[in-house]
Amino acid sequence: MTGTLPGVAPMAVPPGAFLVVATLLFAIGLAGALLKRNALSIFLSIELMLNAVNLLFLTYARMRGDLAGQMIVFFVIAVAAAEAAVGLAIFVALFRVRRTVDVDKIALLKW
Amino acid sequence: MNRLWLIPILPLAGFVVNGLVALVASSSRAEKELGADHPLAPLPYSQRLFHGVVGVGSVGLAAVLSFAALVPYVLTSLKSPEGIAPVVQHVYTWMAAGDYSVDVAFRLDALSALMLSFVTFVGTLIHVYSVGYMQKDEGYGRYFAYLNLFMFAMLMLVLADNLPLLFVGWEGVGLCSYLLIGYSYDQDFAAAAGKKAFIANRVGDFGMVLGIFGVFALFGTADFSFVDLARRQVLAGGAPLGVYAVCVLLFLGACGKSAQIPLYVWLPDAMAGPTPVSALIHAATMVTAGVYLVARCSALFVLAPDALTLVAWIGAGTAIFAATIGLAQNDIKKVLAYSTVSQLGYMFLACGVGAFSAGIFHVFTHAFFKACLFLGSGSVILSLHHEQDMRKMGGLAARIPQTFRTMLAATLAIAGIFPLAGFFSKDAILGATAASNHWALYAVGLFTAGLTAFYMFRLVSMTFFGKARGHAAEAHESPATMTIPLIILAALSVVAGFVGIPAALGGSDRIGRFLEASVAHPEIHEMSRTLEVFLMLLSLGVAVTGLVWAWRWYGKAGGPEEAVSPQAHAFYEKTGALGRLVANKWNVDEGIEALVLSPFRKIGTFLWRGIDALFIDGIANASAFLVELAGDLLRFFTTGHVRNYALAFTLGVAVFLVYVWVR
Repeated sequence: MTGTLPGVAPMAVPPGAFLVVATLLFAIGLAGALLKRNALSIFLSIELMLNAVNLLFLTYARMRGDLAGQMIVFFVIAVAAAEAAVGLAIFVALFRVRRTVDVDKIALLKW
Repeated sequence: MNRLWLIPILPLAGFVVNGLVALVASSSRAEKELGADHPLAPLPYSQRLFHGVVGVGSVGLAAVLSFAALVPYVLTSLKSPEGIAPVVQHVYTWMAAGDYSVDVAFRLDALSALMLSFVTFVGTLIHVYSVGYMQKDEGYGRYFAYLNLFMFAMLMLVLADNLPLLFVGWEGVGLCSYLLIGYSYDQDFAAAAGKKAFIANRVGDFGMVLGIFGVFALFGTADFSFVDLARRQVLAGGAPLGVYAVCVLLFLGACGKSAQIPLYVWLPDAMAGPTPVSALIHAATMVTAGVYLVARCSALFVLAPDALTLVAWIGAGTAIFAATIGLAQNDIKKVLAYSTVSQLGYMFLACGVGAFSAGIFHVFTHAFFKACLFLGSGSVILSLHHEQDMRKMGGLAARIPQTFRTMLAATLAIAGIFPLAGFFSKDAILGATAASNHWALYAVGLFTAGLTAFYMFRLVSMTFFGKARGHAAEAHESPATMTIPLIILAALSVVAGFVGIPAALGGSDRIGRFLEASVAHPEIHEMSRTLEVFLMLLSLGVAVTGLVWAWRWYGKAGGPEEAVSPQAHAFYEKTGALGRLVANKWNVDEGIEALVLSPFRKIGTFLWRGIDALFIDGIANASAFLVELAGDLLRFFTTGHVRNYALAFTLGVAVFLVYVWVR
């Protein structure tokens, strides 16, 4: 299952450690996204989850000796950047109107 | 003339021009006079002139073209002993399906030439008359548009070379009849009368359409070449029973259009329309379309003698039935309406005994004297400021002498006084009935002739003789646009019969021989000359008796308030229940209400309340209620809090993962 890429040294740290770190990062991000009320914090948490996923992709890419995983990470970073731009713009606009970015106070889309 | 299609197209063009101009003019008027409570004023002279010229001109030109086409045809036809072949002109193929195609094709033969002559001629005169009659009416342009449309449809009906095209004209005249009966659409009775005419005609048209299908099934074609096939008895399929059924169905259509029992009820109500309309549509032309249809299909009817017997009895029954109602009407137009129904009965009686040419002869003469009578009554009504009740007339002979003289001539003609038009045509019918040994039908016809003379002279007596009642003393004669058509029609009421002087009186029955080329002529039973002349004298005697009787009862009425003489009143008292029944039109309208309309209304109410409101609406309402209920429950999940959504999303993913894990 584990392949090697040409010209790349074998992993010094065992891959299991990367997986544990990635899982922890994802869990922290998920908890933040669910529990935080500040929209910016939620946004940061989501970025954390995205980067946890990136780490997983890279780990498996290295383990399998397959460059496809690394390619996907570039896409994720690009999309995350675009998402950040749009999301932050929304928050700024929202703040101008409502004077808050507390998501519990912004519950307009109902009934 | 090799462009027959120009004849109907001209009035159609008149309709389009008049209709568009009237539409534009009336909408701009409505804007100007918005909110005005008073009725709209008459049109300005320039607009009236425009509509009049377009209306009369298009129909007049069509009449000129018609005569240019039919006069050479008739002359050549009369010269050759066997008649000549019909002129058939194809314009284009209307619809084609496989072997079957319906063409827009026009046919000029003896029958359509005769119809064409009086339809365009009387039509033109009535258009001219309308110029005077309608001049104070705000709907002048609309009126002429409808009248032109009617002429178009009627000419299509008369000239059509196949049954589907005839049906186009048939429905077109029905539509125009509806539009013109309900011309004063803001009055309830006029709108109701229009609807009644339309619905009664639907009943007949149901038979008509099935009849057309039947003709197609029997002969494989619906153009009038089927008449020749029928003559040679070439049937594509179907037993005598099929022929019988087709005849009865076509006759049902004729009953609706030509106001025969049981569908005659719409015609008296149709008098709600303007009087020239009654003259043109409901007396001279449209209502004779049924007779035309039967005569056109006469070769088919001859194959089903039982159907002909039915036609004869319905005709005779209608003739006497309507005549009795006419005896007791006080509205001048109603008398004429029942008279029309009765005369149409005569025409069907003639067809029923196989004397189709006699029936068409009566259509021909009837068009002149009945149009004259109606236009005369219109002149009377206008001179009395829209008074139609004969009890408020009287003594008008000196006030409106032109109208009086023309109406008297037409009355003598319809009563069948020698030598006016009605005498020859009615006697042709009665003679043919006697010659075919239908003596019961003959007796009915003879008695009806007496009744006709009586009620017509009652009308003339109550209107023109005796002392003036009501406002009759202030009457004034109508303008020349109205009296000149009256005079022409009265003159024709006198002389039109001379085209059919029977052999017994030294003539040669020209019209009968002319029509032989187009209508069936089953073997005529010969009568002796003596018997024929005796029967003529008998019917003349009956007619004179009716006239004298009416004169004695109504002509010499007493005081100014007295419309009915003591003798007439005493007779009415003596007849008791029967008299009241006749005066109340035999309660036919009430009977139809009780036997047909009321059950239908009950069924309709049941379907509305029971099926539609309860069942159909119930399904719709129940499904809407279910959707609403589901929405009421589900909306609690839409909190609007983004964190709730995120949690739900996370839980969803978790459940999915567990599922994948477990599986």
